[in-house]
Amino acid sequence: MQLRKEAVEVVVQICDRYKDEPSPLMLILSDVQKEYGYIPMEVQQIISAKTGIPVSEIYGVVTFYNFFSLEPKGKYVIGVCVGTACYVKGGQNVLDKFAELLKIKPGQTTEDGLFSIDNVRCLGACGIAPAVSINGKVYPKVELSKVGSIIQEYRTIEQKAMEA
Amino acid sequence: MSKEKLESNLIRTVKSLEKAHEVCGKKLEDKFSGKDGKRHIVICGGTGCMSSDSKVIYETLCKLIEEKGLQDKVTANMVGCFGFCSQGPFVKIFPEDTLYRLVKVKDCERIIEEDIINGKVIEDLLYEDPNTHEKITRQDDINFYKKQKRIALYGCGTINPEDLDEALGYDGLKALKKALSMTPEQVIEEMSKSGLRGRGGAGFPTAKKWAFAAAQKSDVKYIICNGDEGDPGAFMDRSILEGNPVAVIEGMMIAGYAIGATQGYFYIRAEYPIACERIKIAIREMEERGLLGDNILGSGFSFRLGLRYGAGAFVCGEETALLNSIEGKRGMPRPKPPFPAVSGLFGKPTVINNVETLANIPYIMRVGAEEYAKIGTEGSKGTKVFALGGKVKNVGLVEVPMGTTLRTLIYDIGGGITNDKKFQAIQTGGPSGGCLTISELDVPIDYDSLIRAGSMMGSGGAIVMDEDNCMVDVAKFYMQFICDESCGKCSQCRIGTKRLLEILEKITSGNGTMKDLDDMEELAKSITVGALCGLGQTAGNPVLSTLHKFRDVYVRHIVDKKCDAGVCKDLLEYKIDPEKCKKCSMCARNCPTSAITGVPGKEPYKIDPTKCIKCGTCITVCHFGAVHKE
Repeated sequence: MQLRKEAVEVVVQICDRYKDEPSPLMLILSDVQKEYGYIPMEVQQIISAKTGIPVSEIYGVVTFYNFFSLEPKGKYVIGVCVGTACYVKGGQNVLDKFAELLKIKPGQTTEDGLFSIDNVRCLGACGIAPAVSINGKVYPKVELSKVGSIIQEYRTIEQKAMEA
Repeated sequence: MSKEKLESNLIRTVKSLEKAHEVCGKKLEDKFSGKDGKRHIVICGGTGCMSSDSKVIYETLCKLIEEKGLQDKVTANMVGCFGFCSQGPFVKIFPEDTLYRLVKVKDCERIIEEDIINGKVIEDLLYEDPNTHEKITRQDDINFYKKQKRIALYGCGTINPEDLDEALGYDGLKALKKALSMTPEQVIEEMSKSGLRGRGGAGFPTAKKWAFAAAQKSDVKYIICNGDEGDPGAFMDRSILEGNPVAVIEGMMIAGYAIGATQGYFYIRAEYPIACERIKIAIREMEERGLLGDNILGSGFSFRLGLRYGAGAFVCGEETALLNSIEGKRGMPRPKPPFPAVSGLFGKPTVINNVETLANIPYIMRVGAEEYAKIGTEGSKGTKVFALGGKVKNVGLVEVPMGTTLRTLIYDIGGGITNDKKFQAIQTGGPSGGCLTISELDVPIDYDSLIRAGSMMGSGGAIVMDEDNCMVDVAKFYMQFICDESCGKCSQCRIGTKRLLEILEKITSGNGTMKDLDDMEELAKSITVGALCGLGQTAGNPVLSTLHKFRDVYVRHIVDKKCDAGVCKDLLEYKIDPEKCKKCSMCARNCPTSAITGVPGKEPYKIDPTKCIKCGTCITVCHFGAVHKE
C-alpha cells in the first residue's frame, strides 16, 4: 500500500509533536489511531524512521493493546452470529451473503470505510437465530432476502447525513 | 485573558493563596447559602448522567435562562458525579438544596418556570423512598447518602471541576500549603500516623512506600497517579478524576514534595475521555496561575505534571506493567525487586499511588492524621469508596467508613435486593477478589476482615448477586476476563487460566467430573505461586472462592447436571407441555436436529433430550407457548 503524501505528513507531524518527550511511542500511536482508526505497517515504518525505535518493537506495542488496530474498522461493524443455533439455521449463509453483497471477506472493511464484517461467537440470541448485531443493535431471524435491505438501511442513513 | 488579569490571577506566594482561599471561599459560601441574592442550578456531569443527556439538560437550562432574561437571578453549571447513578441525571438547586432526579430534557422548561420563577418544588421530580413512598427534597435526607462519609469524594457533585476558583473555595490546596510549611520527613510522619493504605487493591501502607522512595538518593524521582481502573464494575477513580481533579493533583504534589520528586505523571485509561479532559484543564489552569512549575508558593519546591493514556490493557493497572506502558513498551510486569521505589520509571525512584489514595491525602493533611485515624478500624483507617452494582436497588458510588458491615452496604444504602429476591452473594475485589455469602453479611469492611473471609478489598467493585445468578457461571465470566487480559509473560498464568476456563466450560456444559474440582483447585493454586504480578497471583481467586463457598453448586452441575439458577444453557432441558400443545407440528418441522416427534393433529409433540441441541428454535416458532425450559 502506498500512503498518500498528506497522510505521511500528518504522521510526521504527530511524531514531531512529541519529539521532546522521553518516551513518545504510546502518545504517537494514540494520536495516529485517533486520526486514522488504525495503524498499518507503513505508518509504523514512518514512526520507526522518525523516532529510531525498531519496527519490531512498535509492532509489539501495537499488537499488545486493544486500542490499537492493524486493520481499519468500518463505521458500522456487522457481527454475524455463527454460534451453533445460528449456524444450523443458516448463519453461515447469512455471513456469506453479507460478504457477497459488500464484496469483502469476514474481518475486512469496505473501501468506503462504512462496513466491516466479523463472524462472532454466540450472541446469546439463539431463540431468534440467525442473529446479526450491528454496532450493538441486534437483528433477529435474518433471512437471506433481508440482508440487502439491512445494508440499505445504513446506506440510507449515510445518504441522508450527506445531504444534510 | 489580558496580561494584567493574568498577573493578578497568579498565585505565587502563600499570602496570595490565602487571599484566594478567602475570596473564593466566600464566593462559594454565598453561592450555596444564597447570600449573593442568586439561585444556582448544578447538573451532574459524571459519565453515567452524561450518557443520559445531562449535557443537553445543562445547555437547555442555559438557553432558557437567557431567553427569559434571568441571567442576573440564576446561574447554571456542571459538577462531578453525584454517585447515585441509577437515579440520574441529577439537577440540584441552591440555596434551597432541592434535588431533582431522573431529569429529562423536557423537564427543563418546568424547572425554570415552576421552581426558578414561581418558587414551587416540582414534586414528581423528587426522589421517593421506595419503602415509605415519602418524597424527599434534600440529598442528605436520602437513605442512600445518610450513612456515607465523603472524604475521597469530597467536592464531587458540589464544585465545578473545570473551575479552579471553586476548588480553591472548597479547601483546595490548603493541605499543600500546610505540607510545604513542614519538612518532607514530617509529611511522611503525618501520613504514617494517619494509617492510610493504598486504595488500588493491595492495601500497602502509603507512608511506607513514600519513605522507601524518599530514602533513595537520585537526581530525578517520579510520582505517578494510577488511573488505570480496569476492574469491570468499578468506576470510583473515574468519578473522582471527573468530580474534583484538583484534589488528586494536590495529593500528587504533596507526595512529590515528601519524596523529593519534581515530575509527576497521570496514567489514565483512554476509555475515560471526560476524566482526561478535566485533568488537562486543571493542570493547564494551575500552570497558568503559577501553582505548577518552578518554586511553587515561594517554597523552592518545583513540580510538573504530564498526562499519559492507557490503551485498553487491564494488566497495566499493575504498577510495573504501568511503568513499561508509560515508557512506550508492551505493558508487561517486571520482576520485583527492584521495587519501583528504588528503580521505577526510566530506572529512577518512583512512587505509584492510586487515584482514591491520592484523593485522601489533602483531607488527611487538612484535618490532621489523628482526626483521620479516628475513622475506620484498627488496621484500616479512613473510608473506602465502593461501586455498588448488580442486583441491588440503589446502584451507584458509595463512600463508607472502614468497618461498615456488608449488610449496611447492601440493605441500608443499597436499599436491598431488586424485586426482593433472595440474596446469594456479594463479589468484591473484581476479578482478583472473591465472593461472600449470606453468612458473612456482618463482616466489617476492612482490608484484613475481607481477606479473612476469603475475598479482598480490591479497588472497590461490589457486585450483588441474587438467586438467579449461577456461581459457576460467574467464575467462568471472570476467568474468561482474566484469560483475555493475561499478558502472556508467565506460562502459569498464560496457560493455566486457559485450562481453568476450559474446565469451567466443561462443567457448565454438563461434562464435568468430580476430579475436575480437585484439578481446578491444584491448578489455581499453582498459578498463584508461579505468576510474577498481582493479576497472575490472584488469577485463581474466582475459582477458589466459588469452589470453597459454593461447592454444592458445582456438585449439582457435575452430578445432577442441573443449573438451579437456570443460567447454564447446556444444563436446561426443553419440554413441551402436552396440555398446551395444539399438535400443529410447527416445532418438529423447524427442529434442526429432528429431536421432536409426534403425530399432527393427534398426539402432542415430545422432545428427545438426547438429540436436542437447545437452540431455542421450538420456543420461538411455537404460537401457543407450549415449549419451556426447566
